[in-house]
Amino acid sequence: MTAGTPEPVVNVRIQTQDFDISSEIDALTRDRADIGAVVSFTGLCRDEGGRLSALELEHYPGMAERAIRTIADEAVKRFALTGITAIHRHGAIPPGGNIVLVVATAPHRQAAFNGASFLMDYLKTDAPFWKKEHLKAGGTGEWVSAKDADDKAKARWRRT
Amino acid sequence: MSVRIVYFAWVRERIGKSSEEIELPANVRTVGELIAHLATLGEEYAAAFAVPQVIRAAINEEHAEHGEAIGNAKEIALFPPMTGG
Repeated sequence: MTAGTPEPVVNVRIQTQDFDISSEIDALTRDRADIGAVVSFTGLCRDEGGRLSALELEHYPGMAERAIRTIADEAVKRFALTGITAIHRHGAIPPGGNIVLVVATAPHRQAAFNGASFLMDYLKTDAPFWKKEHLKAGGTGEWVSAKDADDKAKARWRRT
Repeated sequence: MSVRIVYFAWVRERIGKSSEEIELPANVRTVGELIAHLATLGEEYAAAFAVPQVIRAAINEEHAEHGEAIGNAKEIALFPPMTGG
């Protein structure tokens, strides 16, 4: 790093409480003049056609944060991001509720888009979280199955 | 050698506990061999590990393949494919 260039910022949090997108963007961009692009992604809970009352998110404490941090560090390096924030909630989340937030900042838009997309694609298959359905009709449903499409989404970032 | 095993999601539900200390037989050296050994411990374990190739593992909170040696692992986690995000 040359003098005057701030270090990239990596924020990773696993929490039960909701997050505020504006304040997370502000935390990455405040007092910086080198950022030209901010991309944010928010993942929400769907009700799957009215079937679900909530998704219960289980996680592996410790490893969940460590796994996301590894991905976030790689995203910063690979796309020369100025910063990245990843927040993943756990516990019961009702339809419409926030599950995950990624904010990526960079001098230019393509790096910010790629950084956010890369982090989400790896998080889906490598971060130890599992979703269980809670049914509107009462009781619990199935554990959500992993999708082949998620493995494919990750594979497109692989360098040959 | 004894090692702490932690289970998540439907693996945890089928076994009926979230963690335990297991004494490892001398012939259990890899993650795959551990899964095969656990599957013999009772009906609930057999149900959890009925399709061993879908089971994912972590050694000391780092992803591990089935062929990876257990070595002096402190904690081994066994769980279904992840569905976060």
